Amino acid sequence: MAHDVGIVSFGAYIPRLRLQRKAILAANAWFSPGLRGLARGERSMANWDEDAVTMAVEAARDCLGDIDRASVTSLALASTTHPFDDRQNTSIAAGALNLRPGVRSLDVAGSLRAGTSALATALAAAGGADDNALVLAADHRLAKAASTQEMQYGDGAAAFLIGRGQPMATLVGAHSETVDFVPQFRARDRAHDYAWEERWVRDEGYMKIVPRVLSALLKQTGTQPAAVSAFVLPCTLSRVVPSVAKTLGIPEAAVRDNLGAVCGDTGAAHPLVMLAHALEESQAGDLILVAAFDSGCDALLFQVTDAIASRAARRGVTGSLARRKEENAYQKYLAFNGLVALEHGMRAEADKGTPLSLLYRNREMITSLIGGRCRSCGTVQYPRARYCVNPKCKALDSQDAEPFSGRRATVMSYTADALTYCPDPPAYYGMIEFDGGGRMMADFTDIDDGAVDVGTPMRMVFRIKDVDAARGFVRYFWKAAPITA
Amino acid sequence: MATGIKDKIVILGMGCSKFGERWDANAEDLMVEAFEEAVRDAGIEANQIEAAWFGTAIEEQHVGKSGVPLAMTLRLPYIPVTRVENYCATGTEAFRGACYAVASGAVDIALALGVEKLKDTGYGGLPQRGRGNLNNLYWPNLSAPGSFAQLAAAYRAKHGVDKGDLKRAMAHISVKSHANAAKNPKAHLRNQITEEDAIKAPVVAEPLGLYDCCGVSDGSACAIVTTPEIARSLGKKDLVGVKALQIAVSNGQEVQYDDWDGSYFATTRAAARRAYAEAGVKSPREEISLLDVHDCFSITELVTVEDLQLSPEGEAGHDVLDGFYDASGKIPCQIDGGLKCFGHPIGASGLRMLYEMYLQLTGRAGARQLGEPVLGLTHNLGGFPSQNVSSVTIVGRLGV
Repeated sequence: MAHDVGIVSFGAYIPRLRLQRKAILAANAWFSPGLRGLARGERSMANWDEDAVTMAVEAARDCLGDIDRASVTSLALASTTHPFDDRQNTSIAAGALNLRPGVRSLDVAGSLRAGTSALATALAAAGGADDNALVLAADHRLAKAASTQEMQYGDGAAAFLIGRGQPMATLVGAHSETVDFVPQFRARDRAHDYAWEERWVRDEGYMKIVPRVLSALLKQTGTQPAAVSAFVLPCTLSRVVPSVAKTLGIPEAAVRDNLGAVCGDTGAAHPLVMLAHALEESQAGDLILVAAFDSGCDALLFQVTDAIASRAARRGVTGSLARRKEENAYQKYLAFNGLVALEHGMRAEADKGTPLSLLYRNREMITSLIGGRCRSCGTVQYPRARYCVNPKCKALDSQDAEPFSGRRATVMSYTADALTYCPDPPAYYGMIEFDGGGRMMADFTDIDDGAVDVGTPMRMVFRIKDVDAARGFVRYFWKAAPITA
Repeated sequence: MATGIKDKIVILGMGCSKFGERWDANAEDLMVEAFEEAVRDAGIEANQIEAAWFGTAIEEQHVGKSGVPLAMTLRLPYIPVTRVENYCATGTEAFRGACYAVASGAVDIALALGVEKLKDTGYGGLPQRGRGNLNNLYWPNLSAPGSFAQLAAAYRAKHGVDKGDLKRAMAHISVKSHANAAKNPKAHLRNQITEEDAIKAPVVAEPLGLYDCCGVSDGSACAIVTTPEIARSLGKKDLVGVKALQIAVSNGQEVQYDDWDGSYFATTRAAARRAYAEAGVKSPREEISLLDVHDCFSITELVTVEDLQLSPEGEAGHDVLDGFYDASGKIPCQIDGGLKCFGHPIGASGLRMLYEMYLQLTGRAGARQLGEPVLGLTHNLGGFPSQNVSSVTIVGRLGV
């Protein structure tokens, strides 16, 4: 029964650093005084150890909550900033999420529509199979210094679990048009987008292609435009979305805030981020129209169900936006995004190599943060070793897999290390003890100066450990972050 | 039941190079400098040495692997040379090899030599290096100060010590070592500092400041050991005997099990218990005359004197501030300046400590001589508080 298919759960992640646009202007006004008009509010900014994969994993963890990970049968990750061109980025996320090995996986890329296209595809597939499809969209957007994009872009991710059961929103219909209309592009060997004149994008794109696709969808589903309660359409051009709404007869009150003032445009993730935000504020019966414009247009129409009222607590977009830290150090943003060559010192030159066979052999330990639980004595330990660590036990090959990523922990000892190489010094790390047993020496992340001590509660987050610059390989591992942050 | 090695081995001769930033010297030059002094002190010919143990920890910075560099440098006559590495206990590990060889009766005279040439990295501090391929994938990029600094956080939490009080005790530890090294011509850092200097120094890894960290130095130290009988036959008097030699190595309990609180060294406690038993020391605080501990960082020294049962748990700070470990105190600690100021060429450090004990026990420590000490204790600690190698060696006048 197709109407039982829909959004079973959703989550989001916006990195907590919020670069103040005033700081961008202060650094660049000498060069580009025209930025003054954009210098209001803040944009999200990934920490140095975050990228599309890590943000997608955080959104997915938010989405899944206590849902059985084994129920996820397919996983897609949509992004225009996948860290790898060849190495499936989704497979990294699947490992971090500890999904079952039998999961189908797909990287979706190439357009700011990637998120909505992945969502539409999952919904279409779920109609015919008994699947729980997890759709992730994330972007860590790169822009040249002093560009308009730098002001407008943001970093973030959203996650949707599509399946049967009691969905919070069902798909009323979907419609897409594929057009080689290029508002901006980025060739394979380029770091930054190249954008065409906004007035053309507005007049020939948003005002022609988008209304055409949306009115086709409304017509196809027999929906009165006035009945649309929320209209999601990412667009950084002012007044364009209300104009589209007006053209179609959608009430202006239905137009959703594009989060430009508090987050910025998160690229392929943004329609999904805005959809999640709209769902968080929706009521049963609401009609939510979602569209994304780039290389054509995707449009999806959802109807919110009664299940929205019993939605489990999630961080979501609202929680992510509340969890924020103002960042005024524009130079830090440049450094985190490779826009300035800082002197990292000779310690940064150490070459740790990239032993792929070793990473494969230890993928559960490293990517999935799986330790052991001793069948003989019950001791929980990380990593899982051949002999149990309990000195009174030491049983051989006695341990079952024990995932640690969802366990809370407490700081047992720590330091702020100004000597060792870290892209954001000082390097915070220390010994943490997991609730329920087990401990490890771990990197800390998202620490504010002085805001950690023995006893600070922590949670594990999947982050970039370091980058093998010589070979271009990104190494991921888990770090401890303060729960309050 | 094994009886241990108490008084089965004596030191026949020792040598130690000048420690410091030895821009003038290769590792090989430092080795020769230490060896020449030792072999002259022993009063033997180099070809009387029947086996050698060679300690280097960061060999990729200087001589490379194996026992070959020692044999080639000293032109040893095709004898067995074993290269050892055991973190910062490397020098003591070399000494243990030589002692055990003689104690077993396999050879009459054995050599232990440690060396490290660290000052060719281009930057301050220890060389940045990998920790092993798998460890690289999940360990923090921890530095030595960063890992040892955590002792302070855990110690404060456990004993309810105020941050400022602990920092002041740590400062006193460094002031004392600087004062001691001022009297040691072979020491790396011979300037005097004040508590104020130490407290206000730039932070390296919170709460450790510059003066809480030991010097990174080039240097070499060397011991030639034999049996008491052979030493006497060579005309040696006032013999210094080895009373105990113990090493304890972490097995993962601290870093992976739940019964360690991060505020002490489980290994040092184990090694100390065994060493006191081997040496027949019943009451360490009363019987040990002087000690050289592995003061890689001031907080390590503070915690270690408790682990060695010299200060009661949680009370080391008071002993330190009361001057108990000063040159004029009950148990002078780091009388040669310690790692802090004599310097820390890793592979040489354990042997350097024994060198000072040997000088003190034979009344040859010059301006630093402390009356007539009976028992000297040396301690090494390598790795990280959460997983490490610890050694405790006790030497003393033979027959006492």
